[in-house]
Amino acid sequence: MSLSRLSGTAARRPVAGRSLTADAMRRLKANRAAMASLVFLIAMALVCAVGPHLTGHAYDEVYQSYVRVPASLTPYPREAQVGPEMEKALARARVDLGTVAVVNGTASVEVVSPRRPLDPRITRYVDRSDLFANARLTDMSPDGHVGRIVADVRQVRFLFGTDLAGRDLLTRTLMAGRISLTIGLLATLVAVLIGVTWGATAGYLGGAADAVMMRVVDVLYALPFVFFVILLVVFFGRNFVLVFLAVGAVEWLDMARIVRGQTLSLKRREFVEAAEAMGVAGGGILRRHIVPNLAGPVVVYMTLLVPKVILLESFLSFLGLGVQEPMTSWGVLIAEGARSIEAMPGLLLFPAAFLTSTLFALNFLGDGLRDALDPKER
Amino acid sequence: MLKYALTRLLAAIPTLFVIVTAAFFLIRIAPGGPFNLDRPLEAKVMENLNRIYHLDAPLWQQYLSYLGNLLRGDFGPSFVYRDFSVAELFAAGLPISVQLGGSALVLALLAGTALGTLAALHHNKAADLGAVTVATLGITIPPFVVAPLLSLVFGVWLGWLPAGGWGNGALVNKILPIVTLALPQVAVVTRLTRAAMIEALASHPVRTARAYGLRWWTVVVVHALRSAILPVVSYAGPAAAALMTGSIVVETIFGVPGVGRYFVQAALNRDYTLVMGTVVVIACFVILFNLVVDLIYALIDPRVRYG
Repeated sequence: MSLSRLSGTAARRPVAGRSLTADAMRRLKANRAAMASLVFLIAMALVCAVGPHLTGHAYDEVYQSYVRVPASLTPYPREAQVGPEMEKALARARVDLGTVAVVNGTASVEVVSPRRPLDPRITRYVDRSDLFANARLTDMSPDGHVGRIVADVRQVRFLFGTDLAGRDLLTRTLMAGRISLTIGLLATLVAVLIGVTWGATAGYLGGAADAVMMRVVDVLYALPFVFFVILLVVFFGRNFVLVFLAVGAVEWLDMARIVRGQTLSLKRREFVEAAEAMGVAGGGILRRHIVPNLAGPVVVYMTLLVPKVILLESFLSFLGLGVQEPMTSWGVLIAEGARSIEAMPGLLLFPAAFLTSTLFALNFLGDGLRDALDPKER
Repeated sequence: MLKYALTRLLAAIPTLFVIVTAAFFLIRIAPGGPFNLDRPLEAKVMENLNRIYHLDAPLWQQYLSYLGNLLRGDFGPSFVYRDFSVAELFAAGLPISVQLGGSALVLALLAGTALGTLAALHHNKAADLGAVTVATLGITIPPFVVAPLLSLVFGVWLGWLPAGGWGNGALVNKILPIVTLALPQVAVVTRLTRAAMIEALASHPVRTARAYGLRWWTVVVVHALRSAILPVVSYAGPAAAALMTGSIVVETIFGVPGVGRYFVQAALNRDYTLVMGTVVVIACFVILFNLVVDLIYALIDPRVRYG
């Protein structure tokens, strides 16, 4: 009655309110490190989402002629590489070769077949190499024993070099980022979903239900964490989709504790008492008063959980339990790189730089969000 | 104090019991078994193996006999490392892990408190910023990146230290593993010390001590650091337990024969007794170090007394 009239007048007045969210946003915008991290993360997500289509290589495409080439801005092949590669390609054609000449991106070589006339199908040997395309047999002598093979030299760029199997590392790193970021987000969502539901229920019900639910959390807590993850991986098999479920299913414990504690303290706050005194039902209190007040800590914890999950996924992949070849993640790439650092440090350094900078930015953003959302800061 | 310690140890027994029970049944629920190889064994062989290791008995019977053996201090034979008992595997590996982990902890505590104190004394100045950056880096770079990087820089490029391998426990082989283990802990200890120290330096007791004209060293180390070290002490307990039970990443990359790798390998191989052994050992370390932390707390903080 009078209350509804009051709120009615308040709504009519054109005063711009300062909502909690707007306040937090303003504080976050003032935090340069957090904003820079946010921009960096958005850029990283975009690059990982779009990048693999733009590099010109598929993430699982194997270049047998370019195994373990070092990172370079100039396109391959190197001049010195063309001749031997042509000889190698034609080694099975049973023809004698002249010297290989490269002019304007076209390689040509004189071929002589002493016994039989030249078989035009030998161009296929050349096309099969990663270096050449569009090979053709020209300048045939009338008897067909002497000719010239002309082929376009395929220019390819490997900005980060290639891995042990001859796959483009840049494409693989970006593809890995896609997987790592996706897993990080999805697993965090799973963890938050389970954690908030469990914690809020326990906190709101209180009493015996709370005690039992929290003892379950305690027991799971006491079990060594890696043991638990490995068990889940063993159950689900080494399946990419299920790995993040497993990770999420392990990471919800902290969330449940935080949410339960928050719910318990919120339940006794004056505004909840006031709402109860006014006869608001339990569901209404949860929806209107408890859940919005939970949002702050949950969001902060989520941002800090994403790097934790990415780290955990990388750790599992590092152990060979996570993402399986030819699909890849930063953990997989780092594990590969760690095995061959002496010969090819780039294999470790590039994915490690991507992973570390992402984790760094996520941590900064999380710290910034915590400062922005912490009511004590106001 | 002794009575308190004994009570705490007794109170840990039910916790340990719950952990052992949960771990026992969880690993048994997992599909597969220790003898399920890629090429299946003959039925008769499998039957014999299961009989020798008492895997054919009902699960509750196996559980009771395992508990009984555990009470007598018998961890049983390993299923996968044939001819070794779990106790022998631990006797060989645990001292190495404890030594590496202990050294890493000491290094982390010394470096971390020094860096944290330095940062707090120069709050919001260049030294502070440097220490915080180091701390953030230490937390964000995972050990499986740090380990190969260290090995690359000091082992391959500079050639000062061996890039890997154990070399029968020579000191040079231990440096990189210890540093790798210590780095994330240095970061955490720095953060904790810095936060507590900033608060402690502004506190009334320290202000009073300054007002008395005590020497700078006495004020910082005796008065401020004494209260600032408390959060570090409570962090060091679980950290010590985690460090001393070995790390699979460090052991894999540097080829250290510790016990950290057993955990993952045993769980994957369904080496039931070894899995249970690692779970029990880790749980014991956690319980023990939590107790040690509480006792040290009483030594440092005069407000804490155990009757």
